[in-house]
Amino acid sequence: MCLAIPGKVLETEDCGGFLVGRVQFGGIVRTARLDFVPEVNVGDYVMVHVGFAISKVDESEAGRTWEILREMGALESELPPEETDLASETSYR
Amino acid sequence: MKYLDEYRDGKIARALAQEIASRATRPWVLMEICGGQTHTILRYGLDELLPPAIELVHGPGCPVCVTPAEIIDKAIAIALLPGVILASYGDMLRVPGSKSDLFRAKARGADVRIAYSPVEALKIAHANPHRRVVFLAIGFETTAPANAIAAWQAKREQLANFSMLTSHVLVPPAIRALLRSPQNRVQGFIAPGHVCTVMGLREYGKLASEFAIPIVVGGFEPVDLLEAILMLVKQLEAGKACVENQYVRSVAYEGNLPAQEILKEVFEVADQKWRGIGAIEQSGLQFRPEYAAYDANRVFDLESIEVAEPAECISAMILQGLKRPTDCTAFGVRCTPERPLGAPMVSAEGACAAYYHYRRHVTPDLAEV
Repeated sequence: MCLAIPGKVLETEDCGGFLVGRVQFGGIVRTARLDFVPEVNVGDYVMVHVGFAISKVDESEAGRTWEILREMGALESELPPEETDLASETSYR
Repeated sequence: MKYLDEYRDGKIARALAQEIASRATRPWVLMEICGGQTHTILRYGLDELLPPAIELVHGPGCPVCVTPAEIIDKAIAIALLPGVILASYGDMLRVPGSKSDLFRAKARGADVRIAYSPVEALKIAHANPHRRVVFLAIGFETTAPANAIAAWQAKREQLANFSMLTSHVLVPPAIRALLRSPQNRVQGFIAPGHVCTVMGLREYGKLASEFAIPIVVGGFEPVDLLEAILMLVKQLEAGKACVENQYVRSVAYEGNLPAQEILKEVFEVADQKWRGIGAIEQSGLQFRPEYAAYDANRVFDLESIEVAEPAECISAMILQGLKRPTDCTAFGVRCTPERPLGAPMVSAEGACAAYYHYRRHVTPDLAEV
C-alpha cells in the first residue's frame, strides 16, 4: 500500500487549480497529480503513490527502482489503469 | 539463496550482509515497520542472508491489515444500501470483516468498485450525480494526503453525493506503543521510507532520544534494507541511538510540506483502533468539523459495531513482532491468501501472506510428503 512508482514528468498542466502531469513509467504513460511537488519541472523524476507524486528523485535511482518493482510484479498493481483521468473537475463532465 | 540470485545487485547485497556479519558482535532484534519492506525481505530472502545474530521482526505497517474489522463491516453495510456506490483500493475488497467481505457484498448485488486513486472515486461521484458515492479511505501517512485532497476537492466542488469512510493510522504513535510494551524485544527500527517522504524525520528523532533506540529510515529495495540494517548495527554496536536517513533519494528532513498542509487542513489527530492490536492513543486521523459533510460515519448514521477477532488468529502477536506467521497453527492450513482468517494473510504486504508466498508455507503435513 505504501509503494511508490518512479516516473518521468513529460508535461505539466494546471487543470482548474490542480497541477496535473503526464508521467512516463518505463514504457507506459499515465496521468498523475503533482499538487504535492509544485516545484517539479518537465524532465524531472517523481515517486507516484495512489496517483499523486510525493517526492522528486534523480534519474538513475528512478530506473533502478522501476526494474525492481517490475521484477517484484508490483508495477502493474501500482500503476493507474489506462483510462484513469486524474485531472480537474472540468474533465469529469 | 536462489531469490537473491535473481537480483542483479546480488554482489552488493552479499557484501553488505558480510559487513553486517563482521560488525555484529552480539544478537540484535530489529523491526521493519512497513509491509512493503517486509515483502522485499521475504521476496529476496534477506532474512536468510543475514548472520544469525540479526533477527528481523515484522511490524504493523500494512494499512490493509490494521484496518479494524468494524470498518469493513460498516463499508459492507453502506455498500448494501440502495443507491450507493462504494469504492476502495483493490486490496480492501478481500479483507474479511466479522462475517463477510466487500467482494461477497458485490456478489450479493452491491455496487463495489476498485479505485486506484481517491480522485477516481471523485470522478465516479461526478459521473453518477443521483447515486451516493462512498470512498473507503485507508492508509498510513503516505496515503492520507491523497485521501485528504479528495475531501478538500469535494468540498471545493460542492460535491454533495460524495463521502469517505476513513481509517488512517500513524506510524510514530505505533512505535511508541510497541516500545512501551513490557513484552517489547525490538532494539532498532527501520522506519518506513514513504511515510517519512511525506512526514519527515522530526518525530523519529524524538522517539530515538526518548527511548534511546536507533531508527534508520529505509527504502524498499534489497540493498536499501541491507544498508539500513548495517546502519542500525553500527549504531547499536557503538551504543548510539539517533535517527539516520538511508533513503535520502526520496526523504528530506522536513518531509513534503504541501502534503502535510493538506493533511492538517482536512484531518485532526485522534485515537484509533488497530486491527489485532487494539486502540492506540492519538494514532489516527479523523475529519475536522468543517469536513463533517464528507464523513461517511456522519452521513450514514451507522450503529457502532463491535467485532471480535477469530480466536485462532494470532495476528495481534504477529503485528507486534512477538510471533512469526509460521508459529500459527492455522498458517497455510486453515488460513491461506485464498481463505484468510486474519488480515495479515490478505494483503501482499501482510507478514503472513509474504511468508506464504515466498517459500515459508511448508506445513508440517506437507513437509512429510
